[in-house]
Amino acid sequence: MLRYFLKRLMFLIPVLLGVSVVIFSIVHLAPGDPAEVMLGPSATQEEISSLREQLGLTKPLYVQYGIFLTNALKGDLGRSIKSNAPVVDEIMERFPATLTLAVLGMIFAIVIGLPLGILAALKQNTWVDALCSFFALVGFSIPNFWVGLMLMLLLSIYIPILPSSGFDSWKNFIMPTIVLGIQTMAVIARMTRSSMLEVIRQDYVRTARAKGISDRLVLTRHILGNVLIPVVTIAGIYFGHQLGGVVITETIFSIPGLGRLIVDAIRAQDYPVVQGGVLFFALCVGIVNLLVDLLYAVLDPRIKAQYRAAK
Amino acid sequence: MNNENGTLFAPSSCQTKEREKRRSPWWEVWRRLRRNKAAVVGMSVVILLVVVAVLSPVLAPYDPNQTNIKMRLQGPSSEHPLGTDNFGRDMLSRIIYGSRISLYVGFVAVGIGAVFGGILGAIGGYYGGRLDNFIMRCMDVLLAIPQIILAIAIVGALGTSLLNLMIAVGISQLPRYARVVRASALTVRGQEYVEAARAVGASDARIILENILPNCMAPIIVQSTLGVAQAILSAAALSFLGLGIQPPTAEWGSMLSSGRQFLRNAPYLTFFPGLAISVVVLALNIFGDGLRDSLDPKLRQ
Amino acid sequence: MNGPLLEVADLNVIYKTYEGTVAAVNGVEFSLEAGRTLGLVGESGAGKTTTALSIMGLVPSPPGIITSGSVNFAGKNLLSFSEKEMKKIRGNHISMIFQDPMTSLNPVVTVGVQISEALVAHQNLSEAEAEKKAMEMLEKVQIPGQRYREYPHEFSGGMRQRVVIAMALACNPGLIIADEPTTALDVTIQAQVLELMRSLKEEFSTAMIMITHDLGVVGEVCDHVAVMYAGRIVETGSLEQIFGNARHPYTLGLFRCIPDIEEETSKIRPIEGLMPDPLDLPSGCPFHPRCPQCMDLCRTVVPGVLDDGGHRVMCHLYGKGGAVHG
Repeated sequence: MLRYFLKRLMFLIPVLLGVSVVIFSIVHLAPGDPAEVMLGPSATQEEISSLREQLGLTKPLYVQYGIFLTNALKGDLGRSIKSNAPVVDEIMERFPATLTLAVLGMIFAIVIGLPLGILAALKQNTWVDALCSFFALVGFSIPNFWVGLMLMLLLSIYIPILPSSGFDSWKNFIMPTIVLGIQTMAVIARMTRSSMLEVIRQDYVRTARAKGISDRLVLTRHILGNVLIPVVTIAGIYFGHQLGGVVITETIFSIPGLGRLIVDAIRAQDYPVVQGGVLFFALCVGIVNLLVDLLYAVLDPRIKAQYRAAK
Repeated sequence: MNNENGTLFAPSSCQTKEREKRRSPWWEVWRRLRRNKAAVVGMSVVILLVVVAVLSPVLAPYDPNQTNIKMRLQGPSSEHPLGTDNFGRDMLSRIIYGSRISLYVGFVAVGIGAVFGGILGAIGGYYGGRLDNFIMRCMDVLLAIPQIILAIAIVGALGTSLLNLMIAVGISQLPRYARVVRASALTVRGQEYVEAARAVGASDARIILENILPNCMAPIIVQSTLGVAQAILSAAALSFLGLGIQPPTAEWGSMLSSGRQFLRNAPYLTFFPGLAISVVVLALNIFGDGLRDSLDPKLRQ
Repeated sequence: MNGPLLEVADLNVIYKTYEGTVAAVNGVEFSLEAGRTLGLVGESGAGKTTTALSIMGLVPSPPGIITSGSVNFAGKNLLSFSEKEMKKIRGNHISMIFQDPMTSLNPVVTVGVQISEALVAHQNLSEAEAEKKAMEMLEKVQIPGQRYREYPHEFSGGMRQRVVIAMALACNPGLIIADEPTTALDVTIQAQVLELMRSLKEEFSTAMIMITHDLGVVGEVCDHVAVMYAGRIVETGSLEQIFGNARHPYTLGLFRCIPDIEEETSKIRPIEGLMPDPLDLPSGCPFHPRCPQCMDLCRTVVPGVLDDGGHRVMCHLYGKGGAVHG
């Protein structure tokens, strides 16, 4: 089984490489000039040229990429043009906030979404189902930045019980978590519902019922064990979306996280930060996918057997 | 009673009639769709949206870009049912015109994504081998980057314009269409009539168009409908961040962004545009779900 | 206990679907003594499984409705039982074995737990005791006891069906309903599993309803036979009566379908036509469109049942008319 995971880990590398190529190209496609941006409109031509030399911008693109890559492999993602601090440091400084948000959002999504989906499936075609499904659909369709603003309006302005910015107390986390988790919650609810409907129809559920065991046991032992696999899949996929969502959340609630770092860097043409940041996000997504695969083996003994058999 | 010669099985005179059912598959789809009340509502709202977008100049009471400083930041009133913004522009008119941009961006972005994604998926699935592998790896790379960040990066690189916004959103949606078409291509590739067509001299392009495309029409339609919904959300998000449509153009996302600073005093500036986005996206999603249900009978109970 | 273990009387079950009302089971009646085996024979769609599900109280309830009838088990009418009471019966006094062993077992639960959970639920055993008993059951169906920790995918089709049998017999039920238990298995495995079922049935003195479309299986295992067609029992009797002296044209047709190894003919002789659409059953005798001896009476009047020393036939050829059903 270890062999399987090593193989998967190895597959991560070409993907990360691809990501680095893509983001490098995109960033360097930008029409602006970081040196100009840094020095401001009053800079002279010589100042700009010398800064460009300094930053290594005059070398051919593939050389620049080569330098970037070799450094990245050593753990050095360059220095931010704006702050001159090592990119790795900036990322690490902002990462905990983003990670906390992402994880909290995921927990919210699962804690609300899973029961919602189960309830909807158990009471299929009743008003309970319609309500839960509609709720999930709404969560999926509403722009989360609007939800954020409306929540802020309600809970920070009209009934001031929650702070609208900053990152010090636990109260700061409530609204951002909801904003971040709402879409994933909806997806999980819908997936859980359809997975449950699928599983309930299976022969082995009928067999379980024919044994006269309690409904609760049929649900927890026989149904849920099989329902979770596709749900875990979709949750894993949506983690990526979640990471994207932090951009919005951090912007609205003024949280000093990785998302805002990248967006600000894009605006400022601070390309080392952009490259490093996106690469880091891709790495996170890759790791989460690996964890999801691990979870599969825990949930489904057939998959565990497949992993073991893999060469 | 028993007849050894087998006349026990002479054709009987009492034969029942077979029930005849002959209907075109699309008609069946339409029939099922009609029965789904929610989907019908969704579809109606979408049609309404298209009508509003097309007839914006007729429906909007004011010019959306007409500023009027004297009337700035007015709450909803009989003259301005949805209030005015900080430049005195009528919110109702701006929202009506906003529908144009949202629809435009939604459809073009999905068009870009579906066409290019579809081509890549078809090529990969049809030719298979290393080409397929390579294309799929590229899709994986695209998927490894969170959609919004990819779109932001593309817009950041190409500059903020309507076209770039559509390209950015389209590219970020590419992989899902590639997947659908590739699946269809894979099933077609193994069929014998493909061999036969090749033997007769039909070009690959023709085979692809005539065989793969009809096969994946249904899922593509569903994905596209849901894709438009998501494209509208993505475009609004980008505009909200200031990386999409720029003011003064009336776009719902950027209206939310501008209205944000007046959240305390003029909440209607953010309430109505957001509501508009929600309603439109919700309708599209409901309609898309209904389409999916009516196109795949297995999913119905 | 006096009288038959199971008595089904005038059972009628319909399914309300979008396309109309399906008359799945129409006036089914039969009885079964303790320890005996009844073969319920018929083609797919005849209503055999629905009858079985009605006994178990497992007819899927939004579309399915039991409109009338009674199912007396050990003197009590199961159809009047609450869900809670039925749970005490299922897996405990009456067990059911389903057709496809590949899908009847939960893939993410160990085989042992799937056997022991019935024991825990019905016999109030502790987990450890139930585990031990489950291992014993596995041994009874000729599977090594230590394998109780394994998952269904680690067993072959035949072995899985044996696990299912172990599950069904765990609480020593008075009645087992087996719905085509060997249909999905290879022929050689079929024989093994049938033999196992027969010997276990003897050992536990369990009554059994064997649902099948295969007359060969009936001949192997059953004491009595009931032939179903379009939701009705058209003929029933002891094994000797049916196999030796079948009367109903449908039963005769079924026997004729089996090629006789001693005959020289090369043709296979199927029954002409198809089973009627349950949404639109023929009037009168349901078999009349395919019956080579169809008379005018058959088209309009549902035949009554003629009882000749336990051998019952529902056919106009054998006398007494019956009530007219729509």
